[in-house]
Amino acid sequence: MSWLQKLLPPKINRPVGNSRKTVPEGLWSKCPSCEAVLYRTDLEGNAEVCPKCSYHNRISARSRLDLLLDAEGRLEIGAEVQPIDPLKFKDSKRYVDRLKATQSEMEETDSLIVMQGSIKSVGVVAAAFEFKFMGGSMGSVVGERFARGVQAAIDNRAPFICVSASGGARMQEGLFSLMQMAKTSAALTQLSKAGLPYVSVLTDPTMGGVSASFAMLGDVIIAEPQALIGFAGPRVIEQTVRETLPDGFQRSEFLLEHGAIDMIVDRREMRDKLATILTAFMRTPLSPV
Amino acid sequence: MNVKTNNVKTSFLEFEQPIAELEAKIEELRYVQDDSALDISEEIERLQQKNKTLTKDIYAKLTAWQISQVARHPQRPYTLDYIRGIFTDFEELHGDRAFSDDPAIVGGIARFDGQSVMVIGHQKGRDVKERQYRNFGMPRPEGYRKALRLYRLAEKFGMPIITLIDTPGAYPGIGAEERGQSEAIARNLYVMAELRVPIIGVIIGEGGSGGALALGVVDHLMMLQYSTYSVISPEGCASILWKSADKASEAAETLGITATRLKAFGLVDRIVPEPMGGAHRAPEDMMQSLRRALADELSHLQVKSIDNLLATRYDRLMSYGKFKESPVK
Repeated sequence: MSWLQKLLPPKINRPVGNSRKTVPEGLWSKCPSCEAVLYRTDLEGNAEVCPKCSYHNRISARSRLDLLLDAEGRLEIGAEVQPIDPLKFKDSKRYVDRLKATQSEMEETDSLIVMQGSIKSVGVVAAAFEFKFMGGSMGSVVGERFARGVQAAIDNRAPFICVSASGGARMQEGLFSLMQMAKTSAALTQLSKAGLPYVSVLTDPTMGGVSASFAMLGDVIIAEPQALIGFAGPRVIEQTVRETLPDGFQRSEFLLEHGAIDMIVDRREMRDKLATILTAFMRTPLSPV
Repeated sequence: MNVKTNNVKTSFLEFEQPIAELEAKIEELRYVQDDSALDISEEIERLQQKNKTLTKDIYAKLTAWQISQVARHPQRPYTLDYIRGIFTDFEELHGDRAFSDDPAIVGGIARFDGQSVMVIGHQKGRDVKERQYRNFGMPRPEGYRKALRLYRLAEKFGMPIITLIDTPGAYPGIGAEERGQSEAIARNLYVMAELRVPIIGVIIGEGGSGGALALGVVDHLMMLQYSTYSVISPEGCASILWKSADKASEAAETLGITATRLKAFGLVDRIVPEPMGGAHRAPEDMMQSLRRALADELSHLQVKSIDNLLATRYDRLMSYGKFKESPVK
């Protein structure tokens, strides 16, 4: 940030133009898992997966959709739906202020982004969570955008995909947030009635109210490797049962072993895998390689 | 002072201490009157009147945090008390047919005013042993799967469903996670949204988050006057947002967990009034007033065709949420 920008009042100080791609902090990045020192550009070119140990770093909702969808013919759904503060919620900070700060920092208006588009020419509606937006928490906007996404899928006779990354329901919207669990689950009954597939992709982390609603209702449930997935957080469980949790507890591999998910798929293969699954359910010819 | 010395053995909450003291005094006088020639009945009468006013005053301005304590009162009537008090011919049905029977949820067939119904609710325990047995009303996946089995059974035989909600939340345990706590709750939300029978839900005590909602996707939702319904417990919210569980009372206030606030938001359809001082002070009266409310709402729902009922339920589910619509830049 230049000295001039620092002097400007925050309203004017908004970065202009297409600045969605954040400037990398440095040229190098250390893998949190294997500690290998990597070129940022290598990591970015590898879907934020460590080329040495395949550790999956968390990624933004838009990068996620970029990885999954064809470049052409994308249309964002429900961006006009934006959060308010029905409870006048206040902890150490007012919810409205928290929202404003997060919105300008993230340049997103809430934690779910929904897009109509295609995967290898198969028409889809795909939703992805922005974990950095208040922990990907689900409030009224997430529920409404999800429901509109499902409706768009029904209207276009397209499959629906949701990539979850969320700590659960958003406390700041109180019971309205809890009701989004019921709302999103109910929306999926209509998709089902229309005979359209729903694939739920679970990424690190998928917890609480998101996990206990649409995330676990996929016709097919896919997880990325090593993602933390569960109802209660590990700390809450540890405090309740007063014992140390087994290794790998609530990780994707644990869920696969216990029969909770269908498969674990590497992020770099996710697009291909989704195309295979969706074309099978839609009984369309295999897409050209 | 030992508040449990009076003859009804009511236990009092902290904010009820003035009531407890007055009741103890009345009790003392009664005792004196029994073996003395002096007539102090007038004085007793006066104190009783005072006690009534005092209770009324205290209960007229309960904070959200105080209400959540009444909702968790150890003497509050639980699901099985309501089943005994309101229904007849109850036959409890056990088990999820896959893993085990979860005592934190009870359910079965029963008669309400002679009509066949399915009644399902969370069950807490009264003494130490039973509390443990009922796991403090915190269900495991098999509890929700038992409920699911009973929903389906009710649907098959066209029986209206009445759910009684009273749980701190779904159990956060190792086994619960291994057996798919999330999926069990999610499945109930999904199935309840399209179940082809009328469903009435009553929050009788604590409506604790997803663990409560798995019994709460209904056509008509009632709350007893001093029950609560929340996305997270006030303590949990305080320890996350204020980093201190001591701020529970502030959290309770701002979370909006009381029947009056939730009714104003349109998230609850009806508040069932409780006897003075809470349901536990006069359980019989509570039963009567809930019975009337249930009879009332059941008759409203049953005149609707199933298709109409389901369409209304779906529209209602889709209407949940408060947001604005602004043009996108």
